Amino acid sequence: MEIDRALEWLQSTRIATAVAENDILFPWIESVHVLAIVLVVGTILIVDLRLLGVASLDISARRLMRDIIPYTWSAFAVAAITGSLMFSSDAVHYAHNRLFQIKLVMLVLAGLNMAVFHLFGERDIERWDAPGETTPMAAKAAATISLLAWIAVVSLGRGTGFTMH
Amino acid sequence: MTLNQICHWIDQTALSQSIQIAGWVVPSVQTIHILAIAVVASSALMIDLRLIGVFWANRPLEAVKARFLPLVWWPLLVLLATGTIMIIAEPARSLKNPAFQIKMLLLIGALSVTWLLQFLHRRNAAFGDVSGPRAAAATLAVVSILLWSSIIFAGRWIAYFA
Repeated sequence: MEIDRALEWLQSTRIATAVAENDILFPWIESVHVLAIVLVVGTILIVDLRLLGVASLDISARRLMRDIIPYTWSAFAVAAITGSLMFSSDAVHYAHNRLFQIKLVMLVLAGLNMAVFHLFGERDIERWDAPGETTPMAAKAAATISLLAWIAVVSLGRGTGFTMH
Repeated sequence: MTLNQICHWIDQTALSQSIQIAGWVVPSVQTIHILAIAVVASSALMIDLRLIGVFWANRPLEAVKARFLPLVWWPLLVLLATGTIMIIAEPARSLKNPAFQIKMLLLIGALSVTWLLQFLHRRNAAFGDVSGPRAAAATLAVVSILLWSSIIFAGRWIAYFA
C-alpha cells in the first residue's frame, strides 16, 4: 500500500532509527510527551470547568481563555513533536494499531469541537461572559465534549502503549 | 520482613493475582492516575506561575490559591488509591524500583514545598505580592515546577527500570 511504503520510509530515516535503537532516547521522549499531555489536559480542564459553570466563576471566560490557552498550545506543540518522534520509530505498527487510530480520531474531534466553539459558541459570549453569569448550553456542551475527548485521548494513548509489543 | 518478602507476599494475595489476570486493570488505573496528575500538576503550575509573576500577576494570590490549591491536595487521594492498586498489581516492579523510590522522595519534596508556600503566605499576607519577598516566592515556585516535572518523569521511568 502507498501509505505503508511512506511509513516504511519514515521509520527508516535516521532520526526514526535513532529513537528506535537508542535505549534511553525513547523513555526520555516519552517522559516529555507525558509531561506535555498532563499540561494540555490540565489547562484545558481549567477552561472546560469555567465553561461548565463549575469553577473560576469570578473571572471572565474570555479572559480565562486568553490567559490559559497559550499554555495549552505550547504544551500541545511539545506533545505533537514528541508524539511524532515516537510514531516515526515504529510508524507501520502504530499506524495499524486500532487504539492509536481511535486516539487520532479523538484528537481531530477535540480540535473540531474547539473550532466550532470559537466560530459559533463564542458569538454571543458578551452576554454571558461576566463573572457570575450562567453559561449557555452550547458552551456547556462544548466543554463536555472537550472533557470526554481528552479523557479518551489519554486512555487510548495508554492503551496504545500496552498493545504495541 | 524484608522488602523482597513483602513484595512476594503482596504478589501472592488473591487481589494481586486477580489484577494480574485481568489485563485491562493496570492500563485503566494508569489512565486515571495520569488524569489526576494532570489536575495536580496544572493547578500547582498556575500557583507557581503566579508566584513567579508571569500569570495573573494583577490578581491577589489569595484568589489564585482559593481556585487552585484544593486541586493540588484533593486529587492526591485519587493518586494514592490508583498508585496503591498499581503496587498491589506489580509489587516488586514498583517497590524495588529505583525510579519509584526516587519518585516518592520527590513527592515528599513537592508536598513540602507546597505546604511551605501555604505557610509563608499565611504568616505574611504580602508573600507573593510585588511588595513582598518576591525572590523567595519565585525561587520556591521554580523548585515546585521542577519537582512536579521530575515526579512525572520518574513515574514514566518506572517502566524502564523494571
